[in-house]
Amino acid sequence: MQENTTNEREGAPQLTVSQAIANLKQTEDQGDRYYAAWWIGRFQVRDPEAVNALLVALKDEQNRDTDGGFPLRRNAARALGKVGDEAVIPALLDCLDCSDYYVREAAAQSLQALHAKAAAGPLTKLLAGGVAAAVPVPGKPHLTQPYNAILEALGELGDETNNDELTSIIQPFLQHEVPQVKNGAARAMYQLTGKGQYADILIETLSCDDLQLRRSALLDLGEVGYLPAAEAVANTLAENSIKLISLKGLLEKHLADKVGAKTTQNSTALVSGETHTVETRKVMSLMDSLL
Amino acid sequence: MSNTDTLLQSKLQDVEAADSAQSMLDAVEDLAAIKHEGAIDMLIRVLGYNNPGAAVAAVDGLIQIGTPAASALLSQIDGYNYGARAWALRVLAGIGDPRGRDLILETAAEDFSLSVRRAAARGLGKIQWEKLSEQERQAGQIKARETLLHVASEDVEWVVRYAAVVGLEGLAKAMVIDNKRDLAAPILGGLQDRIDQDEVPTVQARAQWALEKMNATAERVCCS
Repeated sequence: MQENTTNEREGAPQLTVSQAIANLKQTEDQGDRYYAAWWIGRFQVRDPEAVNALLVALKDEQNRDTDGGFPLRRNAARALGKVGDEAVIPALLDCLDCSDYYVREAAAQSLQALHAKAAAGPLTKLLAGGVAAAVPVPGKPHLTQPYNAILEALGELGDETNNDELTSIIQPFLQHEVPQVKNGAARAMYQLTGKGQYADILIETLSCDDLQLRRSALLDLGEVGYLPAAEAVANTLAENSIKLISLKGLLEKHLADKVGAKTTQNSTALVSGETHTVETRKVMSLMDSLL
Repeated sequence: MSNTDTLLQSKLQDVEAADSAQSMLDAVEDLAAIKHEGAIDMLIRVLGYNNPGAAVAAVDGLIQIGTPAASALLSQIDGYNYGARAWALRVLAGIGDPRGRDLILETAAEDFSLSVRRAAARGLGKIQWEKLSEQERQAGQIKARETLLHVASEDVEWVVRYAAVVGLEGLAKAMVIDNKRDLAAPILGGLQDRIDQDEVPTVQARAQWALEKMNATAERVCCS
């Protein structure tokens, strides 16, 4: 029901799961195939046949753009992150070596979505050469690697075994002149170290002149759940819808941490019988004011 | 002309003269800041321009002006296109003018845009019920309660369900102040249902806070 509504609202052609899989498996119509790969990801079709067809599409040679890129592979890599089957991790790791920047970017994002611990090493390899190698590709609108996606993924893939190594590799990117890269590094450093000084870089971004950067800093703060940012988030010049999503992230991270500290079995927002704290009431008051 | 009128005229001219999105936004913010009834027509006109920043400023200004702005909107809203109507409904929801209650109810339940449903659901919690006769008030509150209970459990967007929870809290408060505790009873059940059933922790958390506040109010009322 919900899927149909969304589908209609986006004006997308109606597909059934079997049609989408059939469209993805055929090679006559490139447009249908490309769309089917997106559709299977969008509706998170957890079907072995769909996943296999996506894995085939990930190695496609036919669908090329004028730059030599692989549009179908990009969609397939994105979809594999959304479908959520861990068995596809090795295939996504192979994509990190693809000549197409956007395939590498999609693979990094999907590996992050799948919490693929095995990706930490291969992703750090893409950071070889450090900041000095992170320069624009002549004639292209992007840098040599999808740094933002790589840094973001590494921020979530760290654990006791590799945290020190990751932070020493990521730290220099805090000095990168491209704000998106710098913010990606700040976000990752906060996740790996828990130190507020890194999240504060994202808070500073909330008052910059560029609306796109303000929006992405709002979403970053929500995703890492940095509670002290609440007030600054509410006061940012941006749409209330985005600020509400950000504050929801802050609140839920805080609640999950609290629940995690008390019990690992209870998945509800609050341990039953417990009342809200000053912090959680504060975040909700701010959210109320943005409705 | 008095000083306020001179000020109003100059602010109105600034809006007329604005020649970029940014100068329009600045001029509308300045006009809204004087909270003058003479600004109503111009602020309403701005709702129809394709300038979201300026429209937000105009919405805030109209809400500040309150009842006279609601009167003007209610007399014109039928002729609006979708965009202007959505902004107008945000104003009506923000003012809580009871004459707009049926329109706000319909919007909370049915509007296409989630941000408009969100504002309407929130607005149902702050209708100025005291302006209605007791009979009208009770009928209106029951209708608002049923709509909000439905939206809180059925809307597909978490933020609209969240807004409905906030609306239910405001409505329950109005009922308790009115000494109509029995009318508020189904709201307690609806909030408990969100705590138990909603898939989004933020909605659960907000429902829980609403219940905590209602229990605190109940204790104050019964023990004082």
